[in-house]
Amino acid sequence: MQTLDVTLDVNGRTHSLQLDPRTTLLDALREHLGLTGTKVGCNHGTCGSCTVHVDGRRQLACLVLAASAAGRAVRTIEGLAAADGTPHPMQAAFVAHDALQCGYCTPGQIMSAVSCVEEGHARTDDEIREYMSGNLCRCAAYPNIVAAIADVARAA
Amino acid sequence: MQPFTYVRPDTLEQALHEAAEPGASVLAGGTTMVDLMRGDLAAPRRVVDIGHLPGLSEIDLSGPVLRFGALARMADAAEDAALKRDYPALAESLQLAASQQLRNAATLGGNLLQRTRCPYFRNGVSACNKRVPGSGCSALDGEDREMALFGISDACVANYPGDWGTALAAFDTAVEIRSAAASRTVPLANFHVAYGDDPARETVLEQGEIVTAITVRATPAGRGSTYAKVRDRQSYAYALVSAAVALEMDGDTVASARVSLGGVASKPWRSAEAEAVLTGATLTEAAGLRAGEAAFAGARPGRHNAFKVELGRRVVARAALTASRRA
Ligand SMILES: Cc1cc2nc3c(=O)[nH]c(=O)nc-3n(C[C@H](O)[C@H](O)[C@H](O)COP(=O)(O)OP(=O)(O)OC[C@H]3O[C@@H](n4cnc5c(N)ncnc54)[C@H](O)[C@@H]3O)c2cc1C
Ligand code: FES
Ligand code: FES
Repeated sequence: MQTLDVTLDVNGRTHSLQLDPRTTLLDALREHLGLTGTKVGCNHGTCGSCTVHVDGRRQLACLVLAASAAGRAVRTIEGLAAADGTPHPMQAAFVAHDALQCGYCTPGQIMSAVSCVEEGHARTDDEIREYMSGNLCRCAAYPNIVAAIADVARAA
Repeated sequence: MQPFTYVRPDTLEQALHEAAEPGASVLAGGTTMVDLMRGDLAAPRRVVDIGHLPGLSEIDLSGPVLRFGALARMADAAEDAALKRDYPALAESLQLAASQQLRNAATLGGNLLQRTRCPYFRNGVSACNKRVPGSGCSALDGEDREMALFGISDACVANYPGDWGTALAAFDTAVEIRSAAASRTVPLANFHVAYGDDPARETVLEQGEIVTAITVRATPAGRGSTYAKVRDRQSYAYALVSAAVALEMDGDTVASARVSLGGVASKPWRSAEAEAVLTGATLTEAAGLRAGEAAFAGARPGRHNAFKVELGRRVVARAALTASRRA
């Protein structure tokens, strides 16, 4: 069986890994790099809990092979806060708006939300709902998630 | 997931050689492929990652033939300002598909080649002629609410789920294909195959072939086009029924009409019947509904999906009215 040398750039740090080619980016982050902030929900591309940024765009880590992500800049929830630990404005807004209950979907929601604002897709509540539809929340914290994103978008 | 060897060629030529190896499959955005491999629905021995190949991601709308590089991302095409203005049906079909995360990864070529979401195919265990030829079709006497009404056979009633392919079917679309030895261009109408005895075969693509571009003949009907999609929920779901309509109008009269249907067929489905009703008609709601009726006259509903006939009639009418206002 092939073992691949894969160099991943995650949150600005370079990691050299030896991986089974079947390893997804999600598994590489969680199992090989110990970055367990990115959550496994469905592992089928349907729930959004594994959302990370790849070259600045939100994607689903469960549907990307780690080998395909080599050479790309990957950013996870662990890389969002400032160097001194100050939470990203979106993290602060989620806390302020109580935009979570169990918290399982939250890292994916926040990564997706940051992109949603950056893309300019957070101009109205309806637009936020449409562009956040790839992130499911079993606890149905949706109204507060929309409010948190709308807040950050207004400030941006 | 079965073990495989991963290769990432730097050029199209290398990729074509790799893809010609027995047991090789290409990987573009991976949003279908990784999931199929995880479910053992695809078990390539060699995965040829073409996602990084240069030169295949351009979208060029300037000439008499629009060109969409096979590796252009769905999100980029969906938000292309010129496409939204001149071919709204094409942009809308992408905008209404999947989620932004998926659209950022998924390619236009991969979208065309996505496989059915039929649960009996996907679950990996039910009898399914698509997955295990000769094993039977569980949908025939099972839950068939989502299944197709056109282009089906006694061996398979699974639905083609792609929105982009459906919208493209309303235009003069062709698929550019390369292999190590040759290149060919196949009209979209002949690219996917309706089910006969062998529903495992879904396209004419051969081992070793790579789709390099999708082309669309430029038409003024592009501006008068729309893609209407009805789903079980408002966003992030496959179509129950969808319709693309592209019109050229002469006052209130339809000068030319193109109609295609999604969510209801084994492949992107053009409806010549609906086009014939619309062409020359004064476009009223009643005319739209007559076109919808014609579109579904030949439908073969099963046990739980007959609702798509009435729903489809109305979706065609709605799309026709929207298109006429733009034309
Ligand atoms: C949860 C979910 C919801 C979705 N909802 C929708 C929806 O509403 N509407 C919709 O249309 N789609 C939807 N999709 C499907 C999605 O759009 C497709 O998975 C995607 O477009 C496939 O593109 P890709 O680049 O990721 O292809 P890949 O997964 O890389 O490849 C798909 C197939 O095409 C082959 N292939 C890819 N590129 C080429 C090429 N250039 N030449 C030859 N062969 C090639 C691969 O070998 C593979 O068999 C959804 C997917 C998911 C997971
Ligand atoms: S775990 Fe990736 S989308 Fe659910
Ligand atoms: S907070 Fe529990 S799933 Fe979203």
